[in-house]
Amino acid sequence: MPDVSLAALAAQIFTGLVLGMIFVLLAIGLSLIFGLMTVVNFSHGALYMLGAYVGFTLLRFTGSFAAALVLAPLLVGTLGLLVERFLIRRLYGRGPDDPLLLTFGLSLVVVETARLIWGKIGLTLDPPRALGGAVNLGFTYFPTYRLFVIAVTALVLVGLWLFLEKTNVGLVIRAGSRDPLMVRALGFDVGRIWFLVFGIGSGLAGLAGILAGPMRGAYAEMGVTIIIESFVVVVVGGMGSLLGAVVSGLVIGQIVSLTTFFAPKLAEIVVFITMAIVLLVRPSGLFGEAGLAE
Amino acid sequence: MRGVATWVGRHPVLCFFVVFAIFPWVVPYTSLATQVLIYGLFALGFNLLYGYTGLLSFGSAAYWGLGAYGTGIALAKLKVGSLWVALGLGLGAALVGGAVFGFFCLRRRGIYFAMLTLAFAQLLYFVGFHLAEWTGGDDGLRGITVPPLTFPGLSIPLGRSVAFYYFALVVVGLAVAALKRILDSPFGAVLQAIRENADRATACGYDISRVKHLSFVFSALFAGLAGGLDALRLTVVPIESLHWSTSGQVVIMTLLGGAGTFFGPFVGAAAYLVLEDSISFLTESWPLVIGAVFIVFVLFLPRGIWGTLTAGLRGR
Repeated sequence: MPDVSLAALAAQIFTGLVLGMIFVLLAIGLSLIFGLMTVVNFSHGALYMLGAYVGFTLLRFTGSFAAALVLAPLLVGTLGLLVERFLIRRLYGRGPDDPLLLTFGLSLVVVETARLIWGKIGLTLDPPRALGGAVNLGFTYFPTYRLFVIAVTALVLVGLWLFLEKTNVGLVIRAGSRDPLMVRALGFDVGRIWFLVFGIGSGLAGLAGILAGPMRGAYAEMGVTIIIESFVVVVVGGMGSLLGAVVSGLVIGQIVSLTTFFAPKLAEIVVFITMAIVLLVRPSGLFGEAGLAE
Repeated sequence: MRGVATWVGRHPVLCFFVVFAIFPWVVPYTSLATQVLIYGLFALGFNLLYGYTGLLSFGSAAYWGLGAYGTGIALAKLKVGSLWVALGLGLGAALVGGAVFGFFCLRRRGIYFAMLTLAFAQLLYFVGFHLAEWTGGDDGLRGITVPPLTFPGLSIPLGRSVAFYYFALVVVGLAVAALKRILDSPFGAVLQAIRENADRATACGYDISRVKHLSFVFSALFAGLAGGLDALRLTVVPIESLHWSTSGQVVIMTLLGGAGTFFGPFVGAAAYLVLEDSISFLTESWPLVIGAVFIVFVLFLPRGIWGTLTAGLRGR
């Protein structure tokens, strides 16, 4: 047992919050796409990786982190739109396994292409000078950039919530995830909504990537481990439930972070043990409805 | 042609032995042929679960790895002297792994199942990584010596690659015969009924969760046997045996060959490995090539090579 000071523990909880936020961004995109289209996007991790790499290139050419932060998710989101339009759309009506298989193939292609473009060795992204250094929180010092990540993610989540709850498009999206057939019968073009949602989900993955870049660097394999953990977050939260994705992302972030602190060897395994326990106690996940898309 | 196709369909095990008896003489080198046999067996197990039962697993590496480490640890750490006991320990490990993980993964259906199998395989990967005293961790398990094949009054060394190939051929051939027996049994019919319509199979009075669990365990046994053979072939067990990319590899092989067809897994394994072998000379970006090929197959050739060929011959 390491020497536990309250300040160190508090810092670790903050670190867990940052990790949780990244999980939430990824899981909410996965869950949104799944809830609406019953498509599990295996290439979500590859899009996350692209977010970091594209952000790196944008930062180099524009010299502005703000520009990279805005443009990288937009570019990755646009790629998502193209993927939906030209690949996934062909598979509607074929059952949920086929999109999963297709996006698995796609993730191989994207990761290998990134290796060709940006090289095999990982790159480091520097946070902007204004966000360097650490902030005194009273009980401990905490890197400014990480606080910034928490703030940006919280803002994006509130924005997404307002979009889904308060706008007409959001209303149609929510209706579409309940009953796509009825939404179509009411005269809405469900295909266009799916197109849009796949783009939003991909953009969120890109945002997670550029946000994580300055903390973890950019490397071709970065999406693989985190996508499997994000699957776990989604399963624990309840597939298709956005609230579930947020709660479970934050909880699992804390669990990982605290395990890293107390028993580092178990840190990679604890995510899966949590999942096994939830499966035993509540197979449909914390906020999931039983029978959805099964 | 149609007559040949029908005959092949009726005598798959015999055809398997005939084709693979001459196979090493048509590919560039024997070890490639051995690899096709072993990965074909791995894909055969995956195909039982996906092609015949309709359950898409992204965690086959777990059972392949358990078989490989089980056999490897028996030979390298426990100093077991018998080939059969070593392979048996690998099979035992895969059996236990399949029974336990299958129980958890089958608590959810459909797409969740795929994600759960992936997650549990990843769990095992990290466990293998950290249990370095037993598995060798990142360096892989080394020091495996392949004992000679012994029968009462007979001992055959397996050092030469041709000898090992024909040993693998017999073992894999027995597994192929076992799969044929499983598929022809009433149990095999229920598997296919579950794939076609799980609710109707339940309504017919079948305990489908038990049947699915059994299918999962059988699939794990095939994968474990293949993994054990691969440990003998390589005489090391790399940590990548448990890696998700190994699971992905068997998914790609099976779908290239044709999921739900009897020979699809072997056709797919041969296509994948021969292609990889020839492309690796030209470029390092093999995953890019196979990923693109795989996307094309999912979009336009969902029946795979063998499935498309046989459907064409039957005039469908």
